Amino acid sequence: MSEELTATTITMTGAGGDEIEAYLVVPDGSPTPRASVVVIHHMPGYDSPTKEIVRKFAAHGYAALMPNLYYREAPGASPDDAAAVARANGGIPDDRLVGDVSGAADYLRALPGANGKVGVIGYCSGGRQSFLAASSLQLDAAVDCYGACIVNPPPEGMPLRVNPIVGLAPNLSCPLLGLFGAEDKYPTPDETAELSKVLDDLGKLHEFHTYEDAGHAFFAVDRPAYRPAAANDGWQKIFDFYGRYLAS
Amino acid sequence: MCTYNTEQVEIAGSGKGAQGWFQLTDATVYFDHPVHAMAEHTLNIDFRNPAQGPSARVAVELTAESARALAAAIEAALAAVPAALTS
Repeated sequence: MSEELTATTITMTGAGGDEIEAYLVVPDGSPTPRASVVVIHHMPGYDSPTKEIVRKFAAHGYAALMPNLYYREAPGASPDDAAAVARANGGIPDDRLVGDVSGAADYLRALPGANGKVGVIGYCSGGRQSFLAASSLQLDAAVDCYGACIVNPPPEGMPLRVNPIVGLAPNLSCPLLGLFGAEDKYPTPDETAELSKVLDDLGKLHEFHTYEDAGHAFFAVDRPAYRPAAANDGWQKIFDFYGRYLAS
Repeated sequence: MCTYNTEQVEIAGSGKGAQGWFQLTDATVYFDHPVHAMAEHTLNIDFRNPAQGPSARVAVELTAESARALAAAIEAALAAVPAALTS
């Protein structure tokens, strides 16, 4: 653990060569070479609670970077205003997400002291996007926290422009850790079990854990959905997993 | 869960946001996680003017029960005045 961190807002190159904002946190004085993590924020955006998560990874010795996925629509806006614009637009395109995560991974690999290994993690819509990124890019470990619409389409009538992406599973480039709540409806335990079976059939390394007495967003410490037992165990599993697959 | 549900409607009127009054052109209505209200899900309305940028927004997050009460109160207020005023 390193409690001394350097946190900065940087500009990085994302999809299409666009310059976008990102939040970078690097541990000071921790041993190098060190691994890196790209954090994909949830649908409510590039907000303070997710920046806390970025700092948590740095405190555990990782260089961590979170691109602002809504920067193009709302540069300089408050995170909730930016998220409102993104929602009104039906979310962000999958290919743009992949390009932004690719740019973030490249940025991290080029940092002094980087060991070249990059993990990705996402929450809520970011959980799906973590799977998407790991199935589209060469990464070293991926974590999906309650991402829906990987296997099942969004409910009929919902205008979000996302499609199931389970068909990308043969391209999954790295081990996948999935953390889910038994009471979640998006994704349901049935959906995550189906994804697990697809990965089993493909021989893709994965670990899925579904917590009883937890629903969607159980990691969110500022929300009523927070479930400390599930979240604490989930964090331990995340750091064990990254420790195994991102070490030099 | 994230519902992703979103209704959009064009509106005409004004709202008061962080920078003062501005003209409203759009409303986004959805039942999903709130940013601030202490409930897992709320009925959220973003009153917006996209032409004036992301910050031209008045946001509310209401429990389902209070959203229904508000909708009924709006209908009641409109019904209580002569139809000629609201047509």
